Amino acid sequence: MTRRRRAWDLAVLLLLVLWATPYFWQVRTSFTPDRELLAAPRVVPSAPTLAHYQAVAERSVMPRALGNSVGVAALTTLLALVLGVPAAYAVARLPIPGKRLLLLLVIASTAFPQISTVSPLYLLLRALNLRDTWTALVMANTSFALPLLMWLLAGFIREIPVELEEAAFLDGAGRATVLRRVILPLVAPGVASAALLTFLAAWNEFLFAYTFTASEASRTVPVALALFPGVFEIPWGDIAAASILASLPPVVIVIALQRWLVHGLVAGALKD
Amino acid sequence: MTARQRADRLTGLAFTAPALLALAALAVYPGLWVLWLSLQQRIPIFGIARFVGLEHYAFLAGDARFWNAVRVTLTFTVVSVALELALGVLVALALQRQQAGRRLALSLLLLAWALPSVVTAKLFEWLYHPSAGLVNVLLGGRALNWLGDPHLALPGLIAADVWRTMPFVALLCYARLLTIPPEVYEAARVDGAGRSATLRWITLPLLRSILLIALLFRTLDALRAFDLMFVLTGGGPAGTTETLTVYAYRSLFQTLQLGFGAAIGCVIFALVMLVAWAYLRALRPERAAA
Repeated sequence: MTRRRRAWDLAVLLLLVLWATPYFWQVRTSFTPDRELLAAPRVVPSAPTLAHYQAVAERSVMPRALGNSVGVAALTTLLALVLGVPAAYAVARLPIPGKRLLLLLVIASTAFPQISTVSPLYLLLRALNLRDTWTALVMANTSFALPLLMWLLAGFIREIPVELEEAAFLDGAGRATVLRRVILPLVAPGVASAALLTFLAAWNEFLFAYTFTASEASRTVPVALALFPGVFEIPWGDIAAASILASLPPVVIVIALQRWLVHGLVAGALKD
Repeated sequence: MTARQRADRLTGLAFTAPALLALAALAVYPGLWVLWLSLQQRIPIFGIARFVGLEHYAFLAGDARFWNAVRVTLTFTVVSVALELALGVLVALALQRQQAGRRLALSLLLLAWALPSVVTAKLFEWLYHPSAGLVNVLLGGRALNWLGDPHLALPGLIAADVWRTMPFVALLCYARLLTIPPEVYEAARVDGAGRSATLRWITLPLLRSILLIALLFRTLDALRAFDLMFVLTGGGPAGTTETLTVYAYRSLFQTLQLGFGAAIGCVIFALVMLVAWAYLRALRPERAAA
């Protein structure tokens, strides 16, 4: 029985390794010297090289783009938290006129297609003279990040028993104090999950970044990768190295912060 | 109304106002503006901006490229979502029986989902390389031009999308399966239910509601998908992978017809909201019964 168990576990892991092959293949490609790339592929390159990473680091806009992406994704997450945490608490706990309408609005805006709102946002950001800035991307990203974060957090806050707040009220604390001293510590894992998902969505975002940026001053990683230049032929090795760099935060999240990622993903779907 | 209730009302307003303003300016306003934009002829580089009413929509009704994009979008959505759900359930069932290495399994599973879709596009562009791509090598050294052949490009694109999004479905189903108490399976075994009967009468019915939710999420995302096809095939060859989103983008920012592109954007908007509304309606009686 235990042997059969172990065989099953191994088989499932093997299957999932196979599923992840496209990524591992790109990792392999990123270490493969140019002359071997278009020859009959071997699983391990005969002479692994860091040349592609060197090329990307020294002769591409990738380093700058990584900086832009970190900045934009972090600021998007921060802004969504600042705006979203109090709003989520209010939605979960306080009497607000028109709450149903507000909730409907939040849900509906998570479903808004970016391709539909991109043209008005383009005109808006152009009118504000914000094209090709971080600010433009943070504002545009907020349109999907804020409803996502509010929705997740309101769900997490609803799970906290109201009685825990009552004691604080008896001590004369106001709502702001209760939110800071009682709710936030309790909902910290939920905040971490929601922030993680927001960061990931902002990191991966392409359409807004592609449309609202014009130079390396604000181009994010997905845009830099999509526009990766080739002079005479496509530099497959360099592109592989660049895509491995572009996927570093998602990989770290999936491996090291998995618990919070899963928590947020599942909570968004299992509850309503 | 007590003093505390009155204070709560004020706090509620103060807490929601900033978020509400941001949403109004960055989501609602663009969502309404796009409707207005779609009624205009607007070509910024020539300084053209005039009201044309429903002209763009009338044009779309007879536009072969538009109807092709509708067909591509619907094919892409139906086929990828169906494959994602089927494979997702199978993977979740496999994971359910797993004992050791669950963390590692989830890391491997979620990797494909967490990557930026531009990275996915680059991964598959290389896998589909006509002479050196892994796919052709594994097919025994064939020289299929996956992204250049009008018959292969859409299946190739769908495969990349299924690769990216199956993990999401699998994770949701797996999480649901974990909430089924072992006693349920015990009871079934005591009653003499075999493995297939247990699957047919216990496991699958319990997955039904989460599958409906996954179906909703995935359908909405597939209808809205843009990055993957834009970067992987750019809509080609010969428009065989040109979805509504890609057609809209090309009209908006490549031929710079903001009004016309906005009209396609509105069609996508309507399609997405229609699907969301239909699902919510279909789900409601189910909720009440559960």
